[in-house]
Amino acid sequence: MNNHLFNYTLQQADNCLILGQRLGEWCGHGPILEQDIAMTNIALDLIGQSRMLYQYAAEVQGDGKTEDDLAYLRDAWDFKNVLLVEQPNGDFAKTILRQFLFDSFNCYFYEALKDSNDEKLAAIAAKSHKETLYHLKWSADWVLRLGDGTEESHERIQSALNELWPYSAEIIIASDADHDAKTNGYGVNLEEIQSRRDSKIEEVLEEATLTAPEDTFSHSGGKSGTHTEHLGYILADLQFLQRAYPGNEW
Amino acid sequence: MHEMVLNKNQICQLLEDVTDPEIPVISIRDLGILRDIRIDHNHVEVVITPTYSGCPAMLEIERSINNTLKKNNIENFRITTILSPAWTTDWMTEEGKQKLKEYGIAPPSPTNEDDIQCPNCNSRNTSLVSQFGSTACKSLFKCNDCLEPFDYFKCH
Repeated sequence: MNNHLFNYTLQQADNCLILGQRLGEWCGHGPILEQDIAMTNIALDLIGQSRMLYQYAAEVQGDGKTEDDLAYLRDAWDFKNVLLVEQPNGDFAKTILRQFLFDSFNCYFYEALKDSNDEKLAAIAAKSHKETLYHLKWSADWVLRLGDGTEESHERIQSALNELWPYSAEIIIASDADHDAKTNGYGVNLEEIQSRRDSKIEEVLEEATLTAPEDTFSHSGGKSGTHTEHLGYILADLQFLQRAYPGNEW
Repeated sequence: MHEMVLNKNQICQLLEDVTDPEIPVISIRDLGILRDIRIDHNHVEVVITPTYSGCPAMLEIERSINNTLKKNNIENFRITTILSPAWTTDWMTEEGKQKLKEYGIAPPSPTNEDDIQCPNCNSRNTSLVSQFGSTACKSLFKCNDCLEPFDYFKCH
């Protein structure tokens, strides 16, 4: 098995699954019906993307395990998602800001991954990229509305930005798998993604009258399995059924 | 059991019965989900592609293809899902677009997504309510003339 390819695929699969699960928590609780539906639609896209990636990771692993084993039966330290996506939903402003920070990576990531020399990753990327265009448009739109909205909405999204900013850089810091993927042509060049992502973030924040903190400290550890305490709670919820009733099917 | 040997067109005709469970007026061929039918001796391979990656209808569509073929005494078949090339609304048939409109869903309008026609009264005085609608493939509009809300099948 190619360990780097496996880990590289898992990094992205885990990002999508965990953020999809987080967004799913909004189901029935959105501020208005249309936005409740928007969040669950995005959750569905992300979980769909994670399924394609887990199916491929299972194929790369080649020991008979399936997408379900990867999603339901790994423990927190096996998950490779970045810390940003496991952060709690908070209020609507915090969910939006988290989404925007992720989408502004994800959209450019898939766009670049379309050129992967791995046929399967390229196909998954082409499919997913189209979906993330809607996601980025939606979250960037809401950053503008809240940032340049009322005094309260501005204050709330600015405070979300202050809180989440230290989690924004981890995704573009290369792991061993990221290095291998770039060198061998099956993955993306994170430096190129970073420059596109940074200018998008800068452009949207400026229009939204928001100010990014100057402190450049960045949390990290997710890609190598060191997570915040939140991931354990997410997994307890997400994996409960398979843990309590192993092998159970619908 | 006696196995029937059918040609590609005949199988394609049978699969006209397989519709999108969310939009039961439109077949998987009309939607562009059905990509190919490959026949090798008496083995049939039905090739499909998902619309959106998380579309929950795909499982139901596979089940429906399965049932339709079996009902017509075709037992020796396989359903293959491909991801590439990625599904696009460009593959939707003209007939399919017409059926959508009659069902009350505005069909994809690749030339002008800012000027969507109301499927009920044909007015172009409409506005977007939300980019995300009742399913992943649709967004929500309202007509400013007849005041009806409606789904728009977005270009993808």
